[in-house]
Amino acid sequence: MKKLLGLALTVGVLGVALAAPWLATTDPMTTDFASGLKPPGSPGHVLGTDQLGRDLLTRVLYGARLALFIGACTVVVTAVTGSLLGLVAGFVERWPSAAIMRLADVQLAVPFILLALTINAIVGLGLRNIILSLSAAGWVVFARVVRGEVLSVKQRDYVHAAAALGVGRARLLFRHVLPNVAPSIIVVASLQFSQFVVAEAAISFLGFGVQPPTPAWGSMLSESRDFLYVAWWLAAFPGAALALTALGVNLVGDWLRDTLDPKLRV
Amino acid sequence: MRAWVAARLAQTVLVVFLSLTAVFGMVRLSGDPVLLFMPMDIQAKDVEDYRRRLGFNDPLVVQYARFMKNAAHGDFGESLRYRRDALGLVLERLPATLLLAGTAILLTLVVAVPLGVVTAVRRDGVVDHAGTIVTVLGQATPGFWLGLMLIYVFAVQLRWLPTGGIGGLAHLVMPSIVLAAFYASRVARLTRSAVLDALGEDYVLTARAKGLAERRVVGKHALRNSAIPIVTLAGLEAGQLLGGAVVTETIFAWPGLGRLTVQALLNRDFPVVMAAVSFTSIVYTLMNLGVDLLYGWLDPRVRSR
Repeated sequence: MKKLLGLALTVGVLGVALAAPWLATTDPMTTDFASGLKPPGSPGHVLGTDQLGRDLLTRVLYGARLALFIGACTVVVTAVTGSLLGLVAGFVERWPSAAIMRLADVQLAVPFILLALTINAIVGLGLRNIILSLSAAGWVVFARVVRGEVLSVKQRDYVHAAAALGVGRARLLFRHVLPNVAPSIIVVASLQFSQFVVAEAAISFLGFGVQPPTPAWGSMLSESRDFLYVAWWLAAFPGAALALTALGVNLVGDWLRDTLDPKLRV
Repeated sequence: MRAWVAARLAQTVLVVFLSLTAVFGMVRLSGDPVLLFMPMDIQAKDVEDYRRRLGFNDPLVVQYARFMKNAAHGDFGESLRYRRDALGLVLERLPATLLLAGTAILLTLVVAVPLGVVTAVRRDGVVDHAGTIVTVLGQATPGFWLGLMLIYVFAVQLRWLPTGGIGGLAHLVMPSIVLAAFYASRVARLTRSAVLDALGEDYVLTARAKGLAERRVVGKHALRNSAIPIVTLAGLEAGQLLGGAVVTETIFAWPGLGRLTVQALLNRDFPVVMAAVSFTSIVYTLMNLGVDLLYGWLDPRVRSR
């Protein structure tokens, strides 16, 4: 049940994001001031319009593109860098391990959202910088989990056997250890994905990250605060889209963990 | 035991030291830190003046040594906006955040832990399914959206509660629910799985075989043994409330540490940002140390790891 709902929501959001230009009736940036703040169900505007007369449904659909794009880029960047650092920390031990793990401790000493927010405020606004700051704050989880897994996998017989046969260290790491750590990386990636999507929205909501008029759910919610007394739909729909996305991805993540790696705690 | 405590203390000191170093390094990420410290529309002569006064002309090593020395004395400089001691501003806002976070933790203890126990004992019953739906939704709902929706219903439409600010008990209701929602959902799920684990143990079977009443089996045997993982994980997760406070305090105009940090970032008031981030990381690290020591005291097996 949870699995079906999660997959349905995730595939649905992904489909909507990919098909946004064909599903939308208008352009997300085109304003029509005369028909501003129309309630949901108005002719031609299923979810109503915003203060500048832009179609809300169109903007929510395009928002899905941006949210998933940022989430996917961040997950790829953090999974690659975090896993590599985790592999090295677990496999080489000695000083690289100590250095990487102390760095991880330092990052974990500041709440994730505060760290990403501060880095974002320093490196400046823009799409590339938000991916950069989320990645800088988010690689730690991958590094920790992968290191822990490597420490146990490298004690297994097949690794010792391969080493005894004279397999080189690099080959041992990438051909024998990495494939056995991969399930954990996949589980962490799915659980981190929704966290990144929500964090991006929170950062944009606070006025950093993606700036208006670009249709990002976080900045749409931020703008909606000024109109809460007159136009509830501006706050309700972008947030609902965000919550449904997070719900779908969380459920898929739970399901992946239960099937691939039940003991993993993230 | 003593060696283990000493090792944990040394590790904590190291992490605090490295965190301060990271805060110093972070401000250097943008290239020219003076521009970061100044309002956008300032004139060039003031920029040069402040470059000198803030000591950004000195070699990096000298600047680093000065920052660490001052930080050790609790001196992060003067707020460039309010012209007052930066750490003083941070400490002034602390009680409001503690009140909010404390209420959220209390809500969690009163609601989430009993919910977790009931859903574990009545596994696959109606309560369990309802509880699962609520906690899964609670984990997926972003706090800032929940906050906006609560404001719309209870402040705008029903006019039962104030939209924001600090004051009486009524001001505390919505912010603490929003801050607690995600955390309480996690704690409820953790409690459920910890109690389920304990109920599967041999000592529970023994207790049942002795003919003990189910109330006592759950209350005395299962619950006490599942307390350790609940306390640890709930303690470690409590630190994330400091992160959640950043968003929650902004929505509800709650004059706490999180809102101060966001405003300082927006105003480019970097002495205050550095003071707030350093202070948060120290509190967070000490909380983790506290939980670790508590855990080690409760469960001796941890110490030998």
